Amino acid sequence: MEAADVTASARRSAGRRLAGLFHGRPRLQVGALLAGPIGWLAIGYLGSLLVLLVTAFWSLGELSGEIEHTFTLDNFKTIVESPVYREIAGRTVAMAAAVTVADAILAFPIAFFMAKVASPRVKGLLVVAVLLPLWSGYLVKVYTWRTIMSGGGVLSWVGLGAPTDDLVRIWLVMTYLWLPYMIIPLYAGLERIPNSVLSASEDLGAGPGYTFRRVILPLVFPAMVAGSIFTFSLTLGDFITPLLVSKTQLIGNVVYSNFTTDLPLAAAFSIVPIIVMVLYLLIARRLGAFEHL
Amino acid sequence: MRLSRPTGILLRLGVGLTLLFIYIPLVVIGVYAFSSATTLEWPPPGFTLEWFSKAVENAGARDAVLTSVEVGLIATALALVLGTLASLAVARHRFFGRETISFLVILPIALPGIVTGIALNSTFSQVLGIPLSLLTVVVGHATFCIVVVYNNVIARLRRTSASFEEASADLGAHTWQTFRFVTLPNMRTALVAGALLAFALSFDEIIVTTFTIGAGQETLPIWFFNNFARPNNLPIVNVVALFVIVASMIPVYLAHRLTRDEEGAAGARGGGAIAGGDAAAEATAAP
Repeated sequence: MEAADVTASARRSAGRRLAGLFHGRPRLQVGALLAGPIGWLAIGYLGSLLVLLVTAFWSLGELSGEIEHTFTLDNFKTIVESPVYREIAGRTVAMAAAVTVADAILAFPIAFFMAKVASPRVKGLLVVAVLLPLWSGYLVKVYTWRTIMSGGGVLSWVGLGAPTDDLVRIWLVMTYLWLPYMIIPLYAGLERIPNSVLSASEDLGAGPGYTFRRVILPLVFPAMVAGSIFTFSLTLGDFITPLLVSKTQLIGNVVYSNFTTDLPLAAAFSIVPIIVMVLYLLIARRLGAFEHL
Repeated sequence: MRLSRPTGILLRLGVGLTLLFIYIPLVVIGVYAFSSATTLEWPPPGFTLEWFSKAVENAGARDAVLTSVEVGLIATALALVLGTLASLAVARHRFFGRETISFLVILPIALPGIVTGIALNSTFSQVLGIPLSLLTVVVGHATFCIVVVYNNVIARLRRTSASFEEASADLGAHTWQTFRFVTLPNMRTALVAGALLAFALSFDEIIVTTFTIGAGQETLPIWFFNNFARPNNLPIVNVVALFVIVASMIPVYLAHRLTRDEEGAAGARGGGAIAGGDAAAEATAAP
């Protein structure tokens, strides 16, 4: 009993001493708070990205098939010189752009309705309705579209007929998958526009179309760019959708199908989406999108 | 805002169509789970609950659920600790490079999933020489889950003034006591919401998982991926699909309720959107 008390008080005083050590030493506090997260993200994660970059300059031994840790530009040469890889990279970026535009157009009416028209109760319900599918069953959704677009699937049943073109199929499914990622920032952006600004525009004689083009769109554009970061990045990195609903390949498929057999080549090809995303993020920051992330 | 009648009708029509677009596929998968057919016949010839018991009996699916739960719990725990520490540092202290922290936290989820996946894969296999296992999956998941916790907690910390903590210190509480009795109770629901979203994110993830999982191991999405094309398993796959949808919607719904009750519409106005998940508040990209 007494012994337990002694150890308990010893432990308490050790905790106190440590607390005393931190007291009035903000730098030490920051250091202690950040050691874990910085260790994990800056050393662990950024370190891994660095390894990825280095791996891209390695190669497979001709005979051994083992990875040789010597510097070579061969992988990049293969990617730049091969028309197949160039086409896949171009196709992927074009797909990302097409999906982004479609999502922006689809997201606007519902985001606007939620932010400016709906009653608080309806707004609450709509926010839940949009949030729920955001993270639920990404793979399941792709699978569902595969069945919907299959020969005897729902689309043929309702008489619409399923699209047969590979790129259209991927575009449709990805537009579906990433739509909530566009609606939510757009809704938050519209919510920030004071109603008085819209009324002022109306009072000064602007019609709805004019108000939309000259007032709403410029104000909400950064939020739209924020949403597009997700639609763009998600498209660049997806290999599941092309694999399940088409016979064509995007960047993700090349990386996925090579990473066990030719890791250096897969690493080199994955540099392409990194470059695209870094450029995209730089432009997005210039456009003020980071405030809306 | 006042809208003319035709504009209002068009807008509502647009909203209705968008909701149908979002939800019809989810309803379709729900219907397939009850279909008595063993093929993807539409409309289903009849309905049955048979596949649900078959799915529960399926050892592979059951193991995969347990694996996913295990990975999700450990990854969430790690993300909770790291995300909370980082948000405390950024919200309550000024230091060189503070702006960079948010960027660093968002990066794993702002970069495409294959990039994170193959970067971790190269590091484990080429540099560290660690064989891929569930542990490496946990490392990957924790990395992109940090942002969810971070965004939820930092949104809360920014809304509660640091003066409470200063008052506590002035009244003689030491660092731990202030944290235990002032800071922690303040951010409790934000922590729970962050944890729920982090778990949902991990439970649903497949792309990073593909690159970091050991041979022969299966999380639920990986099981699904390995089985969706096998005709024998088709009805069970449909049941699991419904299960995945429902199981990942529940944490998101709970997290939303938690943050909404406390912050009301302010959450939505707080800007930001996705990884804060809620509070309709801050950044991405699950896959």
